[in-house]
This record gives sequence, C-alpha cells and structure tokens, in this order.
Amino acid sequence: MQKEILKNKGEKVVLLGNEAIIRGALESGVQFISTYPGTPASEIGNIFYQLFKSKKLAKNVYFEFSTNEKVALETAAGASFCGLRTLMAMKNFGVNVASDFLYPLVYSGVKGGLVIAVADDPSCWSSAQSEDNSRGHVLKAHLPTLEPSTPEECKEFVKLAFKLSEKFKIPVMIRETTRLALQSGLVSLGEIKKGNNKAKFIKNPHRFVTMPPRVLEMHQELLDKIKLIREEIAEKSPLNFIDGRAAKTGIITSSVGYLYAKEALKVLDLDLPILKLGFFYPLPEKKIKNFLKNLNQVLVVEELEPHLENEIERLAKNANPKLKINGKNLLSEVGELKPENIILAVSELTGKKFSDQWRVDLKKHKSNFGKIDLSKRAPRFCPGCPYNLVFSTIKKIAPANTIFGGEIGCYMLAHFPPYQLQDYLYCMGSDISIAHGIKKAIESSTGDTSKQKIIAFVGDSSFFHASIPALINTIFNKSNPLIVIMENGTTAMTGHQPHPGLAGVKIEEIVRACGVKNIKTVDPINIKEFEKVVKNFLGKKEVSVIIAKHPCIFIEKQS
Amino acid sequence: MKQTFNGIIVGTGGQGQITLLQILAQASQSENLDIKTSELHGLSQKGGQVEVHFRLGKGFFSPLVEEGSADLIIALERQEALRACYYGSKEAKTVFLVNDLSLPIPNQKPFTEEEIKKNLKKFSEKIIFVPATDICQKEFDAGIGAGVYLISLAVFKNLLPLKPASIKKAIKKIVKPKYVNLNLKIFELAREKSKETGF
Repeated sequence: MQKEILKNKGEKVVLLGNEAIIRGALESGVQFISTYPGTPASEIGNIFYQLFKSKKLAKNVYFEFSTNEKVALETAAGASFCGLRTLMAMKNFGVNVASDFLYPLVYSGVKGGLVIAVADDPSCWSSAQSEDNSRGHVLKAHLPTLEPSTPEECKEFVKLAFKLSEKFKIPVMIRETTRLALQSGLVSLGEIKKGNNKAKFIKNPHRFVTMPPRVLEMHQELLDKIKLIREEIAEKSPLNFIDGRAAKTGIITSSVGYLYAKEALKVLDLDLPILKLGFFYPLPEKKIKNFLKNLNQVLVVEELEPHLENEIERLAKNANPKLKINGKNLLSEVGELKPENIILAVSELTGKKFSDQWRVDLKKHKSNFGKIDLSKRAPRFCPGCPYNLVFSTIKKIAPANTIFGGEIGCYMLAHFPPYQLQDYLYCMGSDISIAHGIKKAIESSTGDTSKQKIIAFVGDSSFFHASIPALINTIFNKSNPLIVIMENGTTAMTGHQPHPGLAGVKIEEIVRACGVKNIKTVDPINIKEFEKVVKNFLGKKEVSVIIAKHPCIFIEKQS
Repeated sequence: MKQTFNGIIVGTGGQGQITLLQILAQASQSENLDIKTSELHGLSQKGGQVEVHFRLGKGFFSPLVEEGSADLIIALERQEALRACYYGSKEAKTVFLVNDLSLPIPNQKPFTEEEIKKNLKKFSEKIIFVPATDICQKEFDAGIGAGVYLISLAVFKNLLPLKPASIKKAIKKIVKPKYVNLNLKIFELAREKSKETGF
C-alpha cells in the first residue's frame, strides 16, 4: 500500500509487486524516474508522481510522465548518461514503442544504473491490441533481464539490477506480469538510500555515437559483455537456484510460474528438483546443463511463447540428448497460467495424484461449471462520461456505411453496445494512418474519390503520444478522414495521469500548425452545435479535425 | 488439515474489491499470518466483472486460488457468484456469501435467486444470501459499504479466520479518513446483525 512504501528499515509491510519496485529503486538511491502510464505497470508512475508532487522524495530526485514510452526511455538514458541512477517504467506495448531507441541503447550502454521495469499482461486483463511478450524484445536486443516472482523479489531484484547495470554499463530490464505487478505480499524493508550524484555529461562520442563502422564494433562488444555477464554473474548468482530433492523429473521455471510449480508440488505431495531462474537473459547455460544432465524428463513452466523451452532444447542437445522436454505440449501458449494447469501437467508427467480429502478432481470439476450460460459483462463508460455524448451524436448522424476507427484508451469502449462504433482498433497513433491508407487505397485503385466517410477517434493523451506524424501525413499526402480528438484532460483509462495539455500545450494550435484548415473545438454537451460541425466536416474534401472537449468526470471531481 | 485459507471476492468494477483486499491483507499481517493477494486494475475495472483472490495462513506459494479449493467466495453481486462458482466445491466445504444485489448484464435475462442457488448447490452446501447493499443503503445511505459489511459479517460468523478486532483496526488504517467513521458504523452493524442471523 502506498503509505507503506516509505516506512523504515526493518519493517515488514504488504506491498504490490509494482510498489516493491518503487521501494527497490528508493533503496538503490534512484535520482531520476520517467514513465508513460499503462496498466499493469501504472502504479509505478502513479505513486512516484504522488511522492514527487507531495515532496516526499529527496529534493534531488526527479520524476516525469513523458509523452510516450520512447520519449521516456530516451529521457531516462539522458539522465543515466550523466551518471544518475535512473528508473524507467512501462507496460509491454511501451517496449514496442521504445524499441527503436532501446536496441542502440543496449549497444552503447549507459553510465548511471538504468533499470527498465516492464509489465506484461498475459490474458490481456487490461490490454487490448495483442497478448504481448516482452521476452521477444529481450532476446533480440540482448537486454539483460531479471524475472522476479514475488513483491519481495521485485524489491531485491531491482537493487541487483542497478548494480548490474552500473558494473557492466548496460540497461537492465525487470520483467513483471500482471500476477506479479498486482500481487501483494509481505516485503521486508531495507534502508532508503539518498542518491547524491550530480549529473554531468562527459563527452565520449566513441561510446554514444552509434554510427558505422563503430556500430559493428559495438555489436561485438555487446556480445562480449553478455558473455561476461553470463559467466561472471548469471552462472554464480543465487537468483538462479535449485530447490527440492534430486529426481528423474525436474522443473525449470521463473516469474510467477515458480509459485505455481511450488504449489503444484505441495498439492501433489511431491519432492522434485526445481531450477528457478531469476535471470531470463543471459541464461546461466552451464547451470542449466548441469541440472538437465541427471533428468529423464523436464517440465518448462512459462507463460506465452516458449522462449525458455527453446533455449532448454538447444542446451539439452549436448547436455542430455535423450531428455524428454515438456512445456507447451502440456501448457497453453495463449492466456496466463493458473496453478491448476501446473498441477495437472505435473500429475500427468509423474502419475501422482493428490491425497488431500478436500481436493476435487480438477478434470471432473470443470465439466460441472461449463453448463452455466452467463454472458460476459463488458466494460463500459462511467455514468456521466462525456464520451457518451460524442458517440451517441455521431451514431445518430453519420451515414450508415461510415467506417469508424479506434485506438486503445477509454474511447475503445465504444466498440461495445450500444454504440458499436469501432470497425478497427489498434495501438495508439495508428488510427489516423489506417484511415488515410483506406482512403488512398480506394481512391488510387478505383479512381473513386469515395463517398464513404471515415471517422477516426483519437484520445488526447494518444494524440500527444503518437498521432501527430499521422495527422501531418494526411496533409502531406492529401486524404480526408474526419478526426475526432476526444479531449478530456487526462489519461483516463490507466488511472487519470496528467498529459501535456495540462501544461498548456494546445491541441488546436498543433492541429492548425500541421496545416489542417477545417478545425473546430466544441463541447459535445452542446449537442446541436456538435451535430452541425460533424455534418459540415463530413462533407469536406480535405482532412477535418473536431476537438470534442469536455473534462473526464474524475477530473471534474478532483478540481 | 488445511493450513491455508483461500478466498475469492467477485463483483463488478467499482464495488471496492481492492480496498477489501487491502483490509484483509492488513488484518492478516497484524495477526502474523502470511498473506498473498491478486488484483486487477485498468480496463478490467471499468464496470466489467472483477475477480480478486486472497490467501492467508501458512505454507502456500501462489497468489491465485485453485479451482475447487476456495473456503469462502464473497460475491458483491449475485450473478457474479455464478461466474466464480468453479472456485468452490463441496469437498473443500466452500461457503458462498452473496450480496443479494442484481445488476443487469446486457442481453441476458437476469438469473433469479432460485436459479443462482440451484447452480451454486453443485459447488457448495452453504450458500448465504445477504441484502448487504440494501442494508447499507437503508441504514447509512451508502450501498457501496456492502463489501465492508460482508467481510465484517464473515469475521463475526467465523467464516474468515481473522479476529474482528483486526478487521476493525485495518479499516481505520486502510479506508480514506473521511469514510472511516461510516465504515466503522457498518462494521458495528454487522456485529449486531450477526447475532440475529442464523447461519
């Protein structure tokens, strides 16, 4: 809990994984934090923001919500280049956005410890778009990555990540998943350390200019660095440990998978060896090979894609070619894991059943609840949300064949009844460009300038995040979607974080400066006026922008 | 003998599940019990269904409760009890503590109390319906207090292995200062009602 985060050394408090990451950073003397909000990582930014605003952080500690994740990572890198310990936090999709900069950053390396906290969301509890797995980026970028499994480990792993980052001058990722980020448990507090570095950028183009042919040397240096981290740190680290007794069946796992594996062994009253990996990258290959040597079969417990399993297969080829490797043959690649999945998998591999009288036969149990026909409760707009007015008005007056584009953010809820006004929906910044592509495709292939209208909905935080280049492209390459920017004065879906509009950046002025001629700011509460503008702009030959401006009800409540 | 108590709280977004988890976590900690919870934020809170887990006691690892192993399932809306039914089982002697509140699900004919009970009976021999929202609305004009009412009732009726005093202390610590008094009144009302309620 938020107020527990600043308690004294020696106390034991209940913290979420995200909160423990904050405490870990504070115990590491962090001096610079940047983020873009996104659930399940939001609390990291939210709480740092509250602590920063209420002056509960040391005076020489800086926090910001950046305009997007790429900007946040670049900002963090700047601080790290000047020698400050820096934390950057984001959700999985943020890594996609930031990746263009992330890859060369791992090449050049950093100076002050730079820890990147990323929260993946298997099962998409609070994510549209895709069931992302940041581990793919990790392997491609050669980014050292630690995977804690409990809040206590979150705190300790962050502290180690700062040390690792500084020692090897490389950013280090802490990867969470929803069931860790939003898992609470007891955490033993260490001492909050005041960082006392004074930032100074010392010129070193050899390190920070990523140009060929130097960039190829950097690539080689990175691979050498990873080899060194693997051999000197990962192979010896207590973060990669074996528990349980030697047996012919073993388990390799990390993150919350470890908790489910431990639970499964307890339920089945089995004592099997588990290799728990705190390092996802680089893997302690020797330690893994030694573990595999004496096994007949192994179960790899991991969520989403079998990245770990693929590595184990590679390592087993010479360590133990006869080893039977299980993983995605028993556990789904889609959706998060649940403890019962691991119980069933281990039971299948060992033939062991549980002995507790009070337990149910999981397979039989499933057949009983499959029979209840209960519809899903779709998320919906808050009562009194101004977006309701935008969507009800547009639904009423837009021609029947209008195409509606959406993005992630509260306004994606217009996909559900009663509005059903999203014909496509992808990441932030994509909406306007897709509309542009559809328009140009129809026009260029059929010669028809197309009577079919396209209305693209964009949130205000999304506009600042990634939509401006797309808007400029509609002017540059001449298409005419109607863009409705929903300005509610906040980043609502992820918990009402501030965005640049609050610092006086005016959306209308940006839109005008991009070259848009048809532009109108209107409060959708004035339904008649809003209707009139929509009708008028739908008939325009050039791109048009309506800024539907009305504060989120939560902002109104706060002020 | 079970060392671990497994609990689930279900309802719709905005019914206060996360505050309830924090109260339970705080109370458990004050009794030196180990505690793990799992919650959901963001999109999942926007009026959709929300299911949170808590486990307390000794000797457990996972923050998630396994199917068929819940000791107590608190449903803040009665149809949501159906959605969580598979966490319950007769073997585990699951108790369903259900707020007798029905919030409509779009495109669905609401399940009646009888239909809900009939379905839940496959998973439990102890199903308790309590009009918690009505009680809190009538007494305090605060239907939102239903969750605190139900966990308070649960401790007074020994459906939760925590002491009432720990819950009371946790309410004071967790709830926003301006709502502490209201919630303490709800807690005391649950104490009174628990004497009259025969389950």
